[in-house]
Amino acid sequence: MFNYTIRRLLLAVPTLLLISFLIFLLLDLAPSDPTANLPLTIPPEVREKIRISLGLGEAFHIRFLLWCKQFFYNETLNILEQWWGWDFGGDRLRVLSWQTRSPVVDTIVQRIPQTLWVVGMSYVVGILIAVPIGIVSAYKQYSWFDQVGTFVSMVGYSVPTFFTGVLVIVIFSVWLGWFPSIYDTTLVVNDWSSFVQQVKQMIMPVSVLALYNAAQISRFMRASMLDNLNQDYVRTARAKGIRERSVILVHVLRNSLIPVVTVIALGVPQVFGGAIITEQVFKVNGLGQLLIIAIQAGDVPTVQTLTFIFAVLIVFFNLIADVLYGILDPRIRYD
Amino acid sequence: MKALLLGAAAIVAMASPTLAERGSDGELKIIYWQAPSTMNPYLSGGTKELEAASLVLEPLARYDEGGNMVAWLAESIPTVGNGGVSADLKTITWKLKDGLLWSDGSKVTADDAVFTWKYCSHPEGGCAQSEKYNDVTNVEALDELTVKVTFGVSKPFPYGPFVGAQAPLLQAAQFADCLGTKAPECTDANFGPIGTGAYKVTEFRPNDVISLAANTHYRDAAKPAFATVTFKGGGDAAAAGRSVLETGEFDYAWNMQLAPEVLAGMQAGGKGEIVSAFGTLVERVMINMTNPDPALGDERATAKHPHPFLSDINVRKALSMAIDRDLLVEIGYGDAGKPSCNVLPAPEIYKSTANDGCLVQDVEGAKKLLTDAGWVPGADGIRQKDGVRLSLLFQSSTNAVRQDFQALIKQWWGDIGIETELRNIDSSVFFGGDPGSPDTFQKFFADVEMYANNFDGTDPESYMANWECKQAPRPETQWQGNNMPRYCSEDYDALVAEMAKTGDLMERARLAKAMNDKLMQEYIILPLVDRGRVSARSNALGGVVMNAWDSELWNAADWYRVK
Repeated sequence: MFNYTIRRLLLAVPTLLLISFLIFLLLDLAPSDPTANLPLTIPPEVREKIRISLGLGEAFHIRFLLWCKQFFYNETLNILEQWWGWDFGGDRLRVLSWQTRSPVVDTIVQRIPQTLWVVGMSYVVGILIAVPIGIVSAYKQYSWFDQVGTFVSMVGYSVPTFFTGVLVIVIFSVWLGWFPSIYDTTLVVNDWSSFVQQVKQMIMPVSVLALYNAAQISRFMRASMLDNLNQDYVRTARAKGIRERSVILVHVLRNSLIPVVTVIALGVPQVFGGAIITEQVFKVNGLGQLLIIAIQAGDVPTVQTLTFIFAVLIVFFNLIADVLYGILDPRIRYD
Repeated sequence: MKALLLGAAAIVAMASPTLAERGSDGELKIIYWQAPSTMNPYLSGGTKELEAASLVLEPLARYDEGGNMVAWLAESIPTVGNGGVSADLKTITWKLKDGLLWSDGSKVTADDAVFTWKYCSHPEGGCAQSEKYNDVTNVEALDELTVKVTFGVSKPFPYGPFVGAQAPLLQAAQFADCLGTKAPECTDANFGPIGTGAYKVTEFRPNDVISLAANTHYRDAAKPAFATVTFKGGGDAAAAGRSVLETGEFDYAWNMQLAPEVLAGMQAGGKGEIVSAFGTLVERVMINMTNPDPALGDERATAKHPHPFLSDINVRKALSMAIDRDLLVEIGYGDAGKPSCNVLPAPEIYKSTANDGCLVQDVEGAKKLLTDAGWVPGADGIRQKDGVRLSLLFQSSTNAVRQDFQALIKQWWGDIGIETELRNIDSSVFFGGDPGSPDTFQKFFADVEMYANNFDGTDPESYMANWECKQAPRPETQWQGNNMPRYCSEDYDALVAEMAKTGDLMERARLAKAMNDKLMQEYIILPLVDRGRVSARSNALGGVVMNAWDSELWNAADWYRVK
């Protein structure tokens, strides 16, 4: 298992390099211009100067190598300096956003808390709701509970968050006035009242996203439970006189979780990717909003850096899912 | 009438006793649904950044809500009359107010102005506002408070440098190491510039939220009324409007680009109101005077090949006559627009009344005009002459209102026997100016196109020069240039040249009107709607004076809490 993990990690390096090159190539080929959103009152000569000052005058391979150096070397040294207080000295140019002209990584670090709080929490809540629903739905297949569960998950999966989001804002912010419609990212939780405020501003975005996440996962859970409930070992367990509760929660559930855990692990990178639409609707301004704004503004360094980080997370969580598979299912051995 | 009422309301608001002291009104909450990326207007030409920065950075003079220049950091506006502008129109001398302090407590001096010019005119800095410092050959400090700007040519309108939200003063001490290629590396300075404005930055989160606090060194000891400002960004126009007009979470929301009925619904909540002001932004249809036929290869859409039917003035005139501008305003903009027959709709002294006939739609007249000119309907109902069919490709940027307009106009043109194919292009490509893309508004590989444009400040000289022959985008200019119709007239160029050397304001107004009338009466540009700035303010926020000529937040120092 250990050798396997090392082998996969080593293989990830060329994979990620190739991915970063492909992303850069795609971004370069896409028709976009960082000065496109400026007012028309700014003349073309000035726009050209702005483009040159952003480094767009260089050839494609030079820009790519420069990004690689800035990201893989300069940013790494910078992180080491910040974490351990080392000083490597020298003037290192970091990856700078074309919109803000500030280091992209700093902005990403600034955005992670709200994304993890809102999107991460919605994922956790989604899982906590989905697993029990999946279990009960499968155990009482075609009961009214199963029917309602199926209906709710179909609704949660098929109704887009830009609809549910605005709907809950209209109901709970405009009509009832219970929750704020705009997320305050500067709120510092240091006492009871600020904690209450934080909970209040998280309730709507978290529930909207949790509904969506729960819908997916509960379907997987239900299907997986149904597969296992008809297996011979379940009949054996029952025949041995084991209590029904233990049969379901120990034997069936544990085996059913194997595919579900994979689905959950593979979904984690999406948490870091942020929820572009939900973040926009509730003004959470996390990583998803950062990405979409950067795309609209033609801010290539930000888009490149963010998508690359997502790629790293996806590769990494794929590995985790495979390793977890081996741990959960003793039949699976990689060595 | 509406403007009068608004003006009256503003005067009443300003006249109400402001006994309040600095910082007594708590927190001001502003929402911009496009979030500012930086606080340095020289590194970003975007409106959102200019306006956010205007809370902190100030120019020597700026424009008030009537488009009049008012001295801001300067004692007075230099003119030829008061000796501030030299007789040959080549120098302008500004005098700073005495006793001005930066928010860090240091003195504002003429050297800061000199530095600001050096900062923006550095060849490697990529300064987004360098147009404002065009033709400046030198800026020098005559004494601690006197700045002299010298131009290489005579400037009838010398109020580019240091005037308006686009060209505020930077503090020399803070930006000293940020010249040229170093400019983007000064993140702290770009995010938290030290200014002279009523507020100073306490925390800047790019593309998210700006926290500001009252500037303790502000020149008026009683202002600003608010102790802190939260400047939130992100979301969309509807959500921003909702937060001011329906939930009351915010005090001021910028740029309410919403359908008129949506805005009316929100206003019914009674928590706030819409404020608007009209400047020079005109939504217009540009006519391509050259042939965009792909078969022409490299010579496509260049002056070598006149357009097969749009070079006939009768066709262009008929296109204009068929449009119902009132209906366009009603559907697309409501209170935020008014029909326009001029490409130069303001300020008042430049506004021509010679073209107002376009306000009335005249479908029958347009049909008759085409028939008389020999364009008669063929078997399919589309007019033709000598084998040329009146069939247009009409392009615009992707935007809900523009697509509504395209559909309406297509129908009207269909009524007079002109076939229209519609096309919309993502705005970042359309306005992107990439010479490699065939879809930019400069290349204009279509017969007509629609977008909006305006000019900074109140002087239309460089705007009207957009339609000189030499401004036509073409392969030799890498398809750059502002003359999208590729209009070319010696008479027009002569008017442009004359304006460039005329100093007298009334004479300049006459020339600008003449140019506008020439473009209108030859139907090179079909103006549709004069678009205003529209924002929302909460009933609890007083002192807002909407301004279309400068930053909307230009007088934020005077804003206060209505109790």
